[in-house]
Amino acid sequence: MASKAVLTGTHFMNGDEACAEGALAAGCRFFGGYPITPATEVAERMSRRLPQLGGIYIQMEDEIASMASLLGASWGGQKAMTSTSGPGFSLMMENLGLGIITETPCVVCNVQRGGPSTGLPTLVGQADMMQARWGSHGHYEIIALCPSSPQEMFDFTIRAFNLSEQFRTPVLIMADEVVGHMNERVVIPAEDTIELVERKRPTCAPEAFLPFRPEADGVAPMACFGDGYRVHITGLTHAENGYPAMEAGAHERMLNALVNKIKMNRDTIISYDTEYLDDAEIVLVAYGISVRSARRAIRAGREQGLKLGLVKLNTVWPFPEEFIRDLAGRVRALVMPEINLGQMVLELERCAGGRCPVRLVGHAGGAIIRPAAILNVINDLVKEAV
Amino acid sequence: MEKEILITGFGGQGIVLTGNILGMAATLYDNRHATMTQSYGPEARGGSCSSQVVISDEPILFPYVERPQVMICMSQAGFQKNCAMLADGGIMIWDSDLVKSAELREQWDCYNIPATRFAEELGNKMMANIVMLGFVSAVCELVAPDSLKQAVLKTVPPKTRDKNSAAFDRGREYGGEILKGRARQEH
Repeated sequence: MASKAVLTGTHFMNGDEACAEGALAAGCRFFGGYPITPATEVAERMSRRLPQLGGIYIQMEDEIASMASLLGASWGGQKAMTSTSGPGFSLMMENLGLGIITETPCVVCNVQRGGPSTGLPTLVGQADMMQARWGSHGHYEIIALCPSSPQEMFDFTIRAFNLSEQFRTPVLIMADEVVGHMNERVVIPAEDTIELVERKRPTCAPEAFLPFRPEADGVAPMACFGDGYRVHITGLTHAENGYPAMEAGAHERMLNALVNKIKMNRDTIISYDTEYLDDAEIVLVAYGISVRSARRAIRAGREQGLKLGLVKLNTVWPFPEEFIRDLAGRVRALVMPEINLGQMVLELERCAGGRCPVRLVGHAGGAIIRPAAILNVINDLVKEAV
Repeated sequence: MEKEILITGFGGQGIVLTGNILGMAATLYDNRHATMTQSYGPEARGGSCSSQVVISDEPILFPYVERPQVMICMSQAGFQKNCAMLADGGIMIWDSDLVKSAELREQWDCYNIPATRFAEELGNKMMANIVMLGFVSAVCELVAPDSLKQAVLKTVPPKTRDKNSAAFDRGREYGGEILKGRARQEH
């Protein structure tokens, strides 16, 4: 029996499995990875499903090689992904940078656990958020999405592929152990209703092609190996023709192009949802599994008469700076629950720019934020204001 | 109405699978909402583990169990570690060969079954969790019994369907007998 790439229907599956199904639905046909708790189920499902679909699954020797294999597969014309957790994510950082400088579309899913180092293999964390932003050396922009349910693991993985194809860049899915291991309803739509984006390919004559010359949208068309175009890729600073050009002027041109293609398309990339914002005085800003803690706290708080609202960050990088700045001028306080001791809250504080108090509800990792802990911080804020 | 269910035992008993089947029955066959989360240690087998199921008619905001109305215990350690969480008036269910406890409380509605022994009698003690699910379907109303059985049959390997079906029925019959016995005592 021929297997289907898109398992249209209603499922009760965990977030890791939903991530794998999202990737397959997005057209991913290459997975290079190394199993690691709590991301193993992504690899496990891909190892079973990809061969049925004519795709390739390779268990690499480590995460350094895993990341490298994605870049090769992508330049070979495939949509490629890997999944990992903290220790593997650290190993991927160097080649993630290679993906950024070579403008290689690919998707990395980090199912976060407690760290640093081996930390808490089976328990939740959200402490790789700044590593996601700045973990590879050098200056760059990155796109990172944060799903808060298995359904979003499916939906956001498709979006991650679309963004990576559209902007020719690695895209990160910053999931967490609870979202990865939690089972919940996942509705997979009909194949013909799923919108997919494919990388731009060159249409010019091969001799006129410059593989790193951006078009008006900031993105250069990508010729893959074997397409008939001459392509040279390197981790060194390069000119628009792809050959090394190691001087300040070339570096400035290249780096600005890398940064601008994300910055000038921020409005297309940034995604957030709001709940109860119309009358909210104190607004929770949350991402990933902490959205679920926030929602419970908001319901309990509203029952007590507190006017609480939610901003659910679907993309965390780029951060919705203008929106937060505006919001901070309209509310009494912003509160961020996150399973670390203060990472994204720094960005929240920066963007709020002192227009309202910003509070962290942090947790070192190993458990999700209790709704009661959020309400304690909110009650303190209310008392301070009286 | 949101129902919180905590299932505890040790790795290898199919504790997570039990929670998965329960959540699947609610989601796919009763068309309600359910979440199943799990907690386990670094050991592959033998360590203590639990699964937490929330079932509701509404989308579930928070997928963790804070005050379960139903607790299913497949190990002494799981019972001792978690029993204080059970809500007053909650249903406590345990495998009577695995949990030997003298401190059952009056405010709980208690049921027990030698699920592992029954599974052994049916040919494989690995099916203790399925016997337990059959028992649960008789003694508390979490999901429709047919839905639960459908979810069992969808989950287990095709070759083992008949055996697991028999295991489910064994647990369900035993639960039915206990309920009948109680009804007789009350009259």
